[in-house]
Amino acid sequence: MGKPTGFLEHDRQDRAYGPVKDRVHNYQEFVIPLKEDELKAQGARCMDCGIPFCHNGCPVMNIIPEFNDLAYQGDLKSALEILHSTNNFPEFTGRICPAPCEASCTLNLDDHPVTIKTIECAIVDAGWREGWVKPIMAKTHTDKAVAVVGAGPAGMACAQQLARAGHSVSLYEKNHHAGGLMRYGIPDFKLEKSIIDRRLGQLQTEGVDFRPNMTIGVDVSVEKLMEDYDAIVLTGGSEKPRDLPVPGRDLNGVHFALDFLTQQNRRNGGESFDVQDILATDTNVLVIGGGDTGSDCVGTSVRQGATSITQIEIMPKPPEKEDKLNTWPNWPQKLRTSSSHEEGCTRDWNVVTKEFLGDENGNLRAAKCMRVEWTPGEGGQWNMSEVAGSEFEIACEHAFLAMGFVHPIHDGMIDALGVDKDGRGNVAANTDDYQSSVSKVFAAGDMRRGQSLVVWAIREGRQAARAVDEFLMGTTELPR
Amino acid sequence: MDMKASGLPNTQGLYDPSNEHDNCGVGFICNIKNKKSHEIITQGLQILVNMDHRGAVGADPLAGDGAGIIMQIPHDMLVEECAKLGFTLPEVGEYAVGQVFLPRDEAARKACLQAFDTVVPREGQELLGWRSVPVDNSCLGESVKAAEPEIRQVFIKKGANVADEAAFERKLFVIRKQVHHVVWDAIGDDSHGNFYIPTLSARTIVYKGMVLSSNLGNFYLDLQDPRTTSALALVHQRFSTNTFPSWELAQPFRYLCHNGEINTVRGNINWMAARKATMSSDVLGDDLDKLWPLIGDGSSDSATFDNALELLVAGGYSLSHAMMMMIPEAWDNNPLMDDERRAFYEYHAALMEPWDGPAAVCFTDGRQIGATLDRNGLRPARYVVTDDDFVIMGSEVGVIPVDESKIVKKWRLQPGKMFLIDLVEGRIIDDEEIKSSLTQAKPYQEWLDRTQIKVEDLPDENPAMAPDHDTLLDAQQAFGYTQEDYKHFIKPMALTGQDPIGSMGRDTPIAVLSERPKILYDYFTQNFAQVTNPPIDPIREELVMSLVSLIGPRPNLLNVNRIGTRKRLEVRQPILTNLDLEKIRHIENHVDKGFKTYTLSMCYPADQGAEGMEAALDKLFAKAEKVVNEGYNILILSDRPLDANHIAIPALLATAGVHHHLIRTGQRTSAGLVVETGEARRVHDFCLLGGYGAEAINPYLAFDTIVDFADELPDDITIEEAQKRYVKAVDKGMLKVFSKMGISTFQSYCGAQIFDAIGLNATLIDRYFTKTASKIGGIGLLELATETVRRHRAAFGNDPLLKHHLDVGGELAWRHRGEAHAWTPETISLLQHAVRKSDRDTYRQYEAAMNAHDVKVQNLRGLFKLKGTGKSVPLDEVEPIEAICKRFASGAMSFGSISWEAHTNIAIAMNRIGAKSNTGEGGEEAVRFTPLENGDSMRSAIKQVASGRFGVTAEYLVNADDIQIKMAQGAKPGEGGQLPGHKVNEWIGRVRHSTPGVGLISPPPHHDIYSIEDLAQLIHDLKNINPKARISVKLVSEVGVGTVAAGVSKAYADHVTISGFDGGTGASPLTSTQHAGGPWEIGLAETHQTLVMNKLRGRICVQVDGGLRTARDVVVGALLGADEFGFATGALIAQGCLMMRKCHLNTCPVGIATQNSELRKLFPGEPGHVVNFFTYLAEEVRVLMAELGFRTINEMIGQSDAIEMNTAIDHWKAEGLDFTNLLHKPVVEAGVSIYNTESQNHGLDKALDNGLIIQAQDAIEKGTPVKISSQLINVNRTFGTMLSGRVAMKYGKAGLPEDTIFIDAVGTAGQSLGAWLSPGITIDLKGDANDYVGKGLAGGRIIVRPADNSTLVAEHNMIAGNTCLYGATSGEAYLSGIAGERFAVRNSGATTVVEGVGDHGCEYMTGGIVCVLGATGRNFAAGMSGGIAYVLDEAGDFESRCNLAQVDLEPIKAEDDQMEVEGQGGDLEGHGRVNVEHDMTRYDAQRLKDLIESHVHYTNSARGRHILQNWPDFMPKFVKVMPVDYRRALLDIQAKDRAAEHNGVNTSVGN
Repeated sequence: MGKPTGFLEHDRQDRAYGPVKDRVHNYQEFVIPLKEDELKAQGARCMDCGIPFCHNGCPVMNIIPEFNDLAYQGDLKSALEILHSTNNFPEFTGRICPAPCEASCTLNLDDHPVTIKTIECAIVDAGWREGWVKPIMAKTHTDKAVAVVGAGPAGMACAQQLARAGHSVSLYEKNHHAGGLMRYGIPDFKLEKSIIDRRLGQLQTEGVDFRPNMTIGVDVSVEKLMEDYDAIVLTGGSEKPRDLPVPGRDLNGVHFALDFLTQQNRRNGGESFDVQDILATDTNVLVIGGGDTGSDCVGTSVRQGATSITQIEIMPKPPEKEDKLNTWPNWPQKLRTSSSHEEGCTRDWNVVTKEFLGDENGNLRAAKCMRVEWTPGEGGQWNMSEVAGSEFEIACEHAFLAMGFVHPIHDGMIDALGVDKDGRGNVAANTDDYQSSVSKVFAAGDMRRGQSLVVWAIREGRQAARAVDEFLMGTTELPR
Repeated sequence: MDMKASGLPNTQGLYDPSNEHDNCGVGFICNIKNKKSHEIITQGLQILVNMDHRGAVGADPLAGDGAGIIMQIPHDMLVEECAKLGFTLPEVGEYAVGQVFLPRDEAARKACLQAFDTVVPREGQELLGWRSVPVDNSCLGESVKAAEPEIRQVFIKKGANVADEAAFERKLFVIRKQVHHVVWDAIGDDSHGNFYIPTLSARTIVYKGMVLSSNLGNFYLDLQDPRTTSALALVHQRFSTNTFPSWELAQPFRYLCHNGEINTVRGNINWMAARKATMSSDVLGDDLDKLWPLIGDGSSDSATFDNALELLVAGGYSLSHAMMMMIPEAWDNNPLMDDERRAFYEYHAALMEPWDGPAAVCFTDGRQIGATLDRNGLRPARYVVTDDDFVIMGSEVGVIPVDESKIVKKWRLQPGKMFLIDLVEGRIIDDEEIKSSLTQAKPYQEWLDRTQIKVEDLPDENPAMAPDHDTLLDAQQAFGYTQEDYKHFIKPMALTGQDPIGSMGRDTPIAVLSERPKILYDYFTQNFAQVTNPPIDPIREELVMSLVSLIGPRPNLLNVNRIGTRKRLEVRQPILTNLDLEKIRHIENHVDKGFKTYTLSMCYPADQGAEGMEAALDKLFAKAEKVVNEGYNILILSDRPLDANHIAIPALLATAGVHHHLIRTGQRTSAGLVVETGEARRVHDFCLLGGYGAEAINPYLAFDTIVDFADELPDDITIEEAQKRYVKAVDKGMLKVFSKMGISTFQSYCGAQIFDAIGLNATLIDRYFTKTASKIGGIGLLELATETVRRHRAAFGNDPLLKHHLDVGGELAWRHRGEAHAWTPETISLLQHAVRKSDRDTYRQYEAAMNAHDVKVQNLRGLFKLKGTGKSVPLDEVEPIEAICKRFASGAMSFGSISWEAHTNIAIAMNRIGAKSNTGEGGEEAVRFTPLENGDSMRSAIKQVASGRFGVTAEYLVNADDIQIKMAQGAKPGEGGQLPGHKVNEWIGRVRHSTPGVGLISPPPHHDIYSIEDLAQLIHDLKNINPKARISVKLVSEVGVGTVAAGVSKAYADHVTISGFDGGTGASPLTSTQHAGGPWEIGLAETHQTLVMNKLRGRICVQVDGGLRTARDVVVGALLGADEFGFATGALIAQGCLMMRKCHLNTCPVGIATQNSELRKLFPGEPGHVVNFFTYLAEEVRVLMAELGFRTINEMIGQSDAIEMNTAIDHWKAEGLDFTNLLHKPVVEAGVSIYNTESQNHGLDKALDNGLIIQAQDAIEKGTPVKISSQLINVNRTFGTMLSGRVAMKYGKAGLPEDTIFIDAVGTAGQSLGAWLSPGITIDLKGDANDYVGKGLAGGRIIVRPADNSTLVAEHNMIAGNTCLYGATSGEAYLSGIAGERFAVRNSGATTVVEGVGDHGCEYMTGGIVCVLGATGRNFAAGMSGGIAYVLDEAGDFESRCNLAQVDLEPIKAEDDQMEVEGQGGDLEGHGRVNVEHDMTRYDAQRLKDLIESHVHYTNSARGRHILQNWPDFMPKFVKVMPVDYRRALLDIQAKDRAAEHNGVNTSVGN
């Protein structure tokens, strides 16, 4: 419960970053953990709310007041047990979650939420450091076999839960390594990959059979999969990026953000790839899209030594501070400045990209943009209109399209399985039983809900595992 | 209406006649020398007339609640009358008269007469003849006539087989019982017509009936007959909660009149039944068997009490001896009691548990007449003795006008005391003499020493050890422990020794609607006292409380003359340590082998599953029966054998089951019942086990849990200490729970079943919890067993979450995987966003989300389907929003518990929409009475009057539209409140008329409401001060609340609020928020049904509150019978509350429940938010009304047939619920209102104040001084108050200049003399006064002194009654004589001098000065946190009578102070003469002397004069009572003032 008056006594103090001048020369994490007494003081700030909005704000329903209290009392080991009871991989969320919990913290009403994410990360880091994280072996095994397809956070969580319930689990992955977007999308400076690897070690011991380099529908047929397994969980993510079909889209230098980011991650991981290098070194970079992926492109470009970086967004510039009383405890729209932005980039809003302009060699030289205006329309909709005569050019040799993902890739497995899709092109399934339209086929994570956060992926993976267990056994003791 | 012959309707809907209550006025007159006269009868009847206001009238103005008289047999008249009838009566004493109520139906009557013909000769007596009792029934109300019996007298001649008068009376008792049984057998139990025998005695006769008290003499012509004579007349006037004519429940009964209520009656009845097998009597012999069944179930508590008393008397106890057994004084914690008396009580404690509750009992057997008062003195009883040998006693003084010069003594009955007049001996016997002769009659101490064993004296044994952590965890899980049990209960209890506190209410489903397996305890809610009897304060009035428990077999109740052979085992309190338990388990080899203990396992094989539990129970009962037959006399029910393969039967089920089984087999008093259980852990659990028969409990798992977290204990707390503190916390919590019901002792609580069940079916209740109220059906044994089995499986299964941790619980705070709550992150944020954005669509989402929660079965109404009228109406035909908003009120929340910002914000909003806000208990600043410039008003329309009376001044009350008397609060019924000193800043202190920094206590009871007639009095008082305001009474839902509400309506309340248990609170023990009170649906429906059946609904407005959240709730409320609707938590959330549940910590992060100035800045609310909430709510109500087909709320009220049960809801536990009773719609004749249509007649036109106001016109209008003369008798109640209200209206708090209106009065003042008297009014009364003199005194002056012709020594006689100056805020009172109990209780500013006071003087006082020039009773200054008192302690024993918990006693220092006052020294250079009123820490001698001089000046007190004349002798004998906190706070303020003076800063804070 922290200390009843803790929030009146201690100011919020979060983890600091290493200096920009040092960190831009490598791909290592640069977040500096809090010291022990600082951490306790931050834990003390938790008020043990009668209704802990954080607990609800957190997609995996982390039992935050409890672990805050234990952090305050210095009992990180017990805190870790509480944390693991809702979250398989707190070391991931403790690094890369945008922390909706903190947005919904009661103290955020006054802009000083408890540093929940920092506390979470400290707890689990201590767990690994002290050797408290151990494989949890199933006491008995069933004779059921489950295939989990896609080894991102949803697949990993799902596989782990199923293995703990005693099932034989095969975790299929088309890439060489597991981790999904966490490994190939998110830069190392935000999440070092060794952190994923050690967790995979735990999964393996617990009985998860990892099958890398296997694309369902290519390396293994859908029919074979259906035949070999009692249940199949689709956790393949939402990989189809939103494109920008404007003139000049085909020019050299115009790339999907993920193509750019994946390369660098592979490079850092010593993994070979057989496509042409995309390097921002000594070029002017334009990042289109104002979200986290765009931000990762900025940070990666900085590290590759780009000459200049510009990030544009079609939406208006969000307010510096949200209208708290009308947004809290929900996730607010507001201006967010990431560590990558601090490392150097120009940002602009209300900008639409009309055309990519190339040089005579078919290489990108600039993007032609226009200003837009947003006006409120019927039923709360906002309408966009272009400002006449506002055309301008942004000189760039690289443009990275970071405008999100539309839905899973349908070609191959999904089409072959013939599962129904929802209106947005995701695999249709509800969150009660996670079952697709095809018997014994389940779906979870971005593949089901569309592009989202790692923390949502973990939650869906866990919940789908529970649904599968119940489907296979009639009952389940896997937690909600 | 389907009526029982007794006049009470049968159980229908939620109405149950067994819930009826009655309170009353009693009195008697007698001639000490046994001189009979007709005059005595006439005067007895006059007493009734003058206590008319203590009774009540229902819908029928001629139908009183019953009145009666008991007197000696009027031999002369009867001889003549019988002669006329042709038979001769023998001498007095040789025959008996039976007063008999007979059925009007001929055949039935014949059966009754035949019964006499059969039984009388069979018992060896001779039936002489019958006489019809002449009556004139023209004075009866129409509703009563229907039930009027045929009244005859039977005459029985003493037979040869009875030796003496006593034997004759015994025989008559046996005859009466048998005649009743024969009649019941002959014509059926339920239709025995009106057959009833009020008395059958050779000494006394009762005339009683359903008549107005003033008509008793008109009805019974015998009473007018001058030949009718008696030396005593004991009369009774009844105030019952119902209006159903019940002739037999009128009093007196055969021996007594009872003004009060037996709270433990269910237990007492059970224990009487349980004694059958072990009872035998030398004097009754075989006749004893003819008496059973001894107690007719379904009679009133008083009738039951009379039945038991009769048995004791018949069994050979004297009347006074029997009274001492049934209503013992508080002996356990009373250091002032002598050893012999204590031994007497302790000895008898094992014979019979107390019949606990407030009581003034007057009793007579025709030769002695007397009275006794309960241990707490919760009923008034005053008496006078005249020089011509008359004693007049009554609930009030002055009930018969007596020439003051003839009076030789004016006194009162004191708590626990008895008073007896022996007419044969011709003298008064006082308490001391009666009791010492009885206590010395037998060697009780020696008997005790030989038979009574204390557990602590037994030799040590090896206690059980705690198991390893994993084993413990499994057991905890099997018994349903959650993390909250550990975090919120066991751990804080073990650390602090207190029952833990929480805030905000309960918004979780009742157990039967929860999806989670609940433990059985959760299906029961605690009962609590409201209105008809008061809760007790177990902390400040600890002296009356006792946890002593006697384990093991009970001695033969009727073993009068010699020591029994049975040993008794005593424990100081009922929670046994493991060591205690082993001592009991191995007791066999000690104490002369008097005990044999048998341990019975409550566990059964897990493979038998849920289906196996019933058989396991049967086996357990059979085994218990068998071992008791084998001679085992202590049974330990144990669930220690629980393991993976053995399921524990819920300990409560096993305990209650064994208890009732042994009652049925007649073996219960042959063996004690001890429970060794891992299940009980919270206070509530222990209360239930005790309440269903466990004499002691060993909660081993709670102890083991403490061992398990030993490493988390602070260094200075050992495991043993932590366990000790845990036990202490349980003890204190249990005392609190008993006291909520007004019960003082564990002994009488044990088996008393003071609980309602919610959600258990009748089969389960009848079998295991016999006679417990359970109104809506619910689950049975199989479902209960299933829950247990589920828990057991989870505990020993593989659930990963339970591997290392307990279940989260989530009852006290919202948690994922925890219990469901209505207020969730979703519902709160939707509501807040809606009102902040003024977005009705979002509001609709809020309603939808909330109603979806309900339908997921959060509460009973979630199971309702609204079918409406079947025909919807267009929305525009539905009455407008404004009409609906008028019916809304915000809940009572005090300024103090919430911040200024939060409090005024709600007030402004409610005023904007024409609804009402409620001050809560904390006063209101006058600045709020004036509208703001923008037209807004911060004035709260509803002014609350709660038990602390904080800030309740004349000015406050006249500025009200409604005045709400808070009897109970949903979240903590029966609890007082406490505002800790740190929350009382200068501002709050000012509004509450208290000292900043000093904590404030609201007592559990209103000290002027111990009964329903007291409530009527307070209503009358409030109506007088503000005749325009509606007077409201706030009650909390529990079974029986409907009958209380009916009583409240008869007490002339204009408005009643029924609160659900899910209301909020700033701070309350969790035991209360979680386990007391019922859902509003049940309480409201019962209230509405009962009011309608009584034809009382039209005259009272019914409001429902406590957990209303949506428009649907409003509609359901209206359909179940509510006119108005209160919202507290909803309104708070609309203005920003987040349900932090930290109100008690002052850390509210949104500036609502805090006084921290930094946090208050964060308050996000605006009036518009609250306005939006209520406006949207009203709009949605309209939409729903249109859909259901109602145009107005009035059309909707009480249309419960527009609701049906939603059978579509799939909930495994909800299947057994049955809402037939809940949705019952009483059938009424045309013209009977089913909603509030009329207003009450308060009878203010009869008040003397109307004359005062006319005479004081000039004073009120122009300030011209006036002098008024007045003549008072006791019926002139609340004298001066209406006048005071006029002054306050015009002049506010300041009132008029001193003595502007001077009232010269003579006579006996009725109750509440000078209540809320405003400044400028002086009442100078020569005579005496009743209770509540100067209630709420607000600046006026009251003088009461003996009449001019009185010869009494003032300082030895009563001048005023109980509870004077309750809640006084300023003004003066000078009383030349002694005042009763609770003098100056909660005084916060008045100055007073009195010449002696009763018990509990200056209780809860927070300010003012009290000077007592004589002795005080016990427990002086309990809970006193402010003000000072001076007590003249001539005997030097004051210290032993003072409660020193919060005060210091100091001598009066003379010289230094005097020098300073005279400007001669000290550190006050240059300040000149000091105002001694200013600094309460000093100048005592001068102040005291000034006070006594004033006293002499105003009253001409001889006592005062004598003291002044001998000042140097007397001054050192005075003791100053100084509250510790008060001194500290005063010194703080002084230090601040000095610092400020140096800095030139004004520290007085205003905002």
